[in-house]
Order: sequence, then C-alpha cells, then structure tokens
Amino acid sequence: MQGPSFLDLVGFGPEGWGAALLMATGMTLAVATGGFAAGSVIGAGVAGAKLSRSRALRAFGDGYTTVLRGIPDLLVIYLFYFGGSAALGVVGQLFGADGFIGMPAFLTGVLAIGVVSGAYQAEVFRGAFNTISRGELEAARAVGMRTGLRLRRIIVPQVLRYAIPGLGNTWQLVLKESALISVTGLVELLRQSQIAAGSTRRPFDFYITAAVLYLVITAVSSYLFRQAEARALRGVRRA
Amino acid sequence: MDFTFLWETFLKLLSGVPLTLNLALVSTAFGALLAVLLTLMRLSSWRPVGWVAQFYVFVFRGTPLLVQMFVIYYGLGQFRPTLQAWGLWVFFREPYWCAIFALSLNTAAYGSEILRGGLQAVPHREVEAARASGMWGFLLYRRIVFPIAIRQALPAYGSEIILMVKATSLASVITMLEVTGLAAKLISQSYRAVEVFVVAGLIYLVLNFAITRLIALIEWWLSPHLRPAPTVSSGAALHHA
Repeated sequence: MQGPSFLDLVGFGPEGWGAALLMATGMTLAVATGGFAAGSVIGAGVAGAKLSRSRALRAFGDGYTTVLRGIPDLLVIYLFYFGGSAALGVVGQLFGADGFIGMPAFLTGVLAIGVVSGAYQAEVFRGAFNTISRGELEAARAVGMRTGLRLRRIIVPQVLRYAIPGLGNTWQLVLKESALISVTGLVELLRQSQIAAGSTRRPFDFYITAAVLYLVITAVSSYLFRQAEARALRGVRRA
Repeated sequence: MDFTFLWETFLKLLSGVPLTLNLALVSTAFGALLAVLLTLMRLSSWRPVGWVAQFYVFVFRGTPLLVQMFVIYYGLGQFRPTLQAWGLWVFFREPYWCAIFALSLNTAAYGSEILRGGLQAVPHREVEAARASGMWGFLLYRRIVFPIAIRQALPAYGSEIILMVKATSLASVITMLEVTGLAAKLISQSYRAVEVFVVAGLIYLVLNFAITRLIALIEWWLSPHLRPAPTVSSGAALHHA
C-alpha cells in the first residue's frame, strides 16, 4: 500500500491531521472535565441522600446508584441524545418552530457522563465520609457549628482527602466513557480519528494514534492523582 | 402510558438478550483464560515476561474499549490482503468475532489484576503447610493455591462480569444487534427514547441482578468453612419447620 507515511498522516504537514487530532484531544478533555464536574455535584447530592436520616431519600440514593451502575453507558447517552432532542422539539413547537431540533452534542456528553459518573462518585464520597471519625463530627456540633459550617470546615476537607484515590478511578472511567460520546457526532478524539480514517482510508494508523493519545492522557492523569494523593495525605499517619 | 408500545418494545428487545449473553459469556471465558496466562507471566521469575504482561495491562486498561474495538474491526481492514493470505480474514471480517476478540482482550487485562490480587492474598502459612506435607508443583496449585485464590478473587471477578455485560453494548457500534443495538434502532424509528430506554434498562438490570445472585451462590458454595456448622438444634428446627 503506497501513500503518505504514518508520520506524514499524523504530523503537522500539509497532509497531516496532527492539528485536528490535538484539537479533538482538547475536546475529549473538555467533555470529560465537564462531565466529571457535573458528576461531582450529582455525586455529592446522591451521597448526601444515601447518608441521610430520611428513609425516602436513602431509597432514592440507593436506587440511583444501583440503576445507573447497572445499565450500559451507551444507553444513557442515547437517552439524553434522542430524548433531549424530542424534548427540545416539544419546547420548539411551543415557540412555533417546526421539525427536528438536535440536542447539542457537547451538552449531551456532559449530561450523560455527569449522570453516570455521579453514581460512581456518590459511592466514593459515601465511603470517604464514613472514614471521618464520629468524634470529630460530635465535637464540631458541641462547639456550636451549624450544618453549613460543619460541612465546610470539617466534612468536605476530609472527604476530599480520602476520596482522591476513588475519584482518580472515576476520572479514568469518565475519560474512557467520553469516547462513547462520538456516537452523537461530537468531534472528540475518537470521532476525529474516524473522520480522518474515512478520508485517508488508513483506519489502523488513526485508531492506533487515538489509542496512544488516550494512553498518554490516562498515564499523565494517574500520575497527577498519585501526586495529589501524596500531598493530601501528607499530614496523615499511616499504619 | 402506552402499554402496548412498551410490551412490543419489550418483546423486540428480548430477542437481543441471547446475543448480549452470548457476547458476555464467550468473551468472559476467553478473557479468563488469557487472564490466567497474564497472571502467570506477571508472577514469573523471569522479569521481561512480567514486563510484557504489565505493559499489556497498562495498554488495555488505559484506552477506551470502543477504540480497541475500532482498531480491530475497522483498523485491521487496512491489512486485508495480508490477513487474507494468512487465512485470518474470515475471522476479522465478522463483527461478532471482532467484538469477542476486543472484549476478551479487554477483560483479560482487568481480570489478571483481580487474579493477581487473589493469588497474593493466599496465606503463606497454608502454602508452607502444604509443602511440609509433601505437595509440590501442580498438585500444590490445584489443591491449595487455586481454590483459595479463586475464592478470594470471586467477588471482584463478579463485578467484572457485570461490567462485561454492560460492555457488550459497545458491540452495537460495530453493527451487532444485541439489546442496545436493537434499542438504538427502535429509538431512531419511533423517537420514543424514554420508553425504549426504560425497557432496555430494565432488561440489563434483571440480567445483572441474576448474575450477581449466581456469583453469590458460587461464593457460598466455595466457602463452606465460613458457614455456621450444622448443629443438632438447627437440624431439629428444620425438621419442625
């Protein structure tokens, strides 16, 4: 098979897709970060529900984590993509617009990743909360801290510290899940590779390049999480 | 609520369940074999062999499964003449075998880490006791090490099997019509995303619940020493019940 060499294809020359692939890597990072952040908010809420005294809230929290961890991520993405478009269509009709209104792919990605990773992060937060000693919570209450202050000064700093390893695992899941968003047409790393593979007829070269770029992202982020963990635990005596 | 639509959807999606289970079970089985091989490599005393296994695990855990599937299904098409010459093309042109291949390679990486954890958790004193009573080599592994390691690795391996059931949904992206593939087709035909999602989600939840119970049963069966010993009173209570 003759044609441009592998390095020409993925490089930055006239025939190269390097710039496009780097842009798409940025998009992957953006959608993963957005989804992870949304998931942190959802996860904190669901963890709060699972730890609450109200039986109804606990049941909701348990149901949420069981369901979202038990069904494929791809289904959730389809739900948000097609379901979101249908809902937008209904809203559009109210304002006199006809026809299909596509759900913005980036928003779909952030929402779908957020909802799924929220379930995983809820479990991480709940586990981290349970490592806080009861005595500290009681002491905070005894010196007169109200819920908000207790949360800010006592609970959140410690939960974050013990949640770092679990959050690191969830981040890796989110990164890999972001590849699934390519089915909605969002031009992230995998979709860009698909486009390049289609136009050059060199699928192997581009998918392997995508794999290497994903590998770089996961390797760098696991290094960063290890550093963060070491830093957060520097004041903790280990058994 | 349109129950006729829900029921029709349920029946249509149910026809995808055999393929979903087939993909999950076949690739879990192949993956487990490969995982054992990787674990043995990892624990080998010859370091380079261990590095190869470590690199394998790093690559397959660090890249998305969908990318792995695309490399195998679309990417290998680039080498079609070579693969045809080797007689491997009949295998790589089928989306089913590509999905099985990708899923097996992927789960093997996770599985080998789980098995390694299980093997390392085998108490040294039990191995010593077995050695002292004259067991060695394969007998030692068959009678002492593997049963304990498998028992310890089983809960984590159970979660991996659940993850595999979920991962089979990616096969729909390479044209397989299992439950998610059928659901996507139905959604794009009917535009009733929520109903189809609820039915498909329910099917996956039931499948995963059944698998969880099955694993729990195997775990119970493999750990007789953790069960309360049958006593005269409990036996009597059973008779009266």
